[in-house]
Amino acid sequence: MPVLGAFVFPPIDELFRWKDLWFNGSPLAINKTVLLVLISSLMIVTIFILGSRKRALRPGGVQNVVEMTYEFIDNGITKDVVGHDAGRFTPFLGTLFLFILFLNFWEVIPGIQFPPTSRMGIPGFLALLVYAVYLVTGFKNQGFKYLTGHLFPPGVPKALYILVTPIEFVQLFLVRPFSLAVRLLANMMAGHILLTALALLTAYALDTNPGILKVIAVGPFLLNIGVTGFEILVAFLQAYIFTLLTAVYLGDALHPDH
Amino acid sequence: MSQLIVAATQLQPDLKAGLQSIGAGIAYGAAAIGPGIGIGLVVGNAIQAMARQPEMQGTIRTTMFLGIAFTEALALFGFVLFFLAKS
Repeated sequence: MPVLGAFVFPPIDELFRWKDLWFNGSPLAINKTVLLVLISSLMIVTIFILGSRKRALRPGGVQNVVEMTYEFIDNGITKDVVGHDAGRFTPFLGTLFLFILFLNFWEVIPGIQFPPTSRMGIPGFLALLVYAVYLVTGFKNQGFKYLTGHLFPPGVPKALYILVTPIEFVQLFLVRPFSLAVRLLANMMAGHILLTALALLTAYALDTNPGILKVIAVGPFLLNIGVTGFEILVAFLQAYIFTLLTAVYLGDALHPDH
Repeated sequence: MSQLIVAATQLQPDLKAGLQSIGAGIAYGAAAIGPGIGIGLVVGNAIQAMARQPEMQGTIRTTMFLGIAFTEALALFGFVLFFLAKS
């Protein structure tokens, strides 16, 4: 029986690496992360098919949820941030928002408690997708002026271009996708580590030698419940921020002086 | 000083891990200072703006989250650096 001083935190790999469940060893191997991604995709598709199958004039039940979600994306993100002529981006932004939201929420579902977005593969892929979409939109809409407008912003004294142009170049081509991916990854990773640490502290405190010291477990246990509530907020907020930043980059690609 | 550290590292392999942990801790702590101040400024000013013009609340909140996201990125780079420095 360990006393309080014997607390050992497991190596980080142990919290994020999962064994292959099927197709062991092949590139198509399926582990917990991939399984959760597939389940969440199926859930989103099912909810939206159910919601749009029988379209009533007075929406109720699933249709109500689906319509409210669509309106939230369309009004709150697309029309406000990208622009009023950008309705065609709502499906892309909506898919992105729901996909990240569902993946993040696995962090607080009891029994699963692992956000697939805390593995670099998923945020990295999403950030590269957004990167491709905003660059293609920008060059298609503004042509070469998209690049020059960014690298040589108007109204800046000519001598300052020596300083501004490299910064803007790094910002447009490197910092944007990198920070998109890392922001989502680091937030979910930090949340997962924090919840694990608190749960482990509770378990270790319950395992202490003199029985009276078991009272210490109350602290980390209550804190764990509080932090779980906070993580629900973070899961929603990170999905929202990822979508919002995508919208900002798209708006920037569509309207030069925005 | 640096020669001393190199020599000590060769003597004791445990020391390397210890110094790495200390370095990682300092790196993350330093990386969290600036963004902490920055997020405080962003949110404080957003609250002030909301109190002055409650009818602009929606726009201000969206812009506030954008500001937080940009400021927070630096702290998160520090967080990633923490794991890179430790391993």
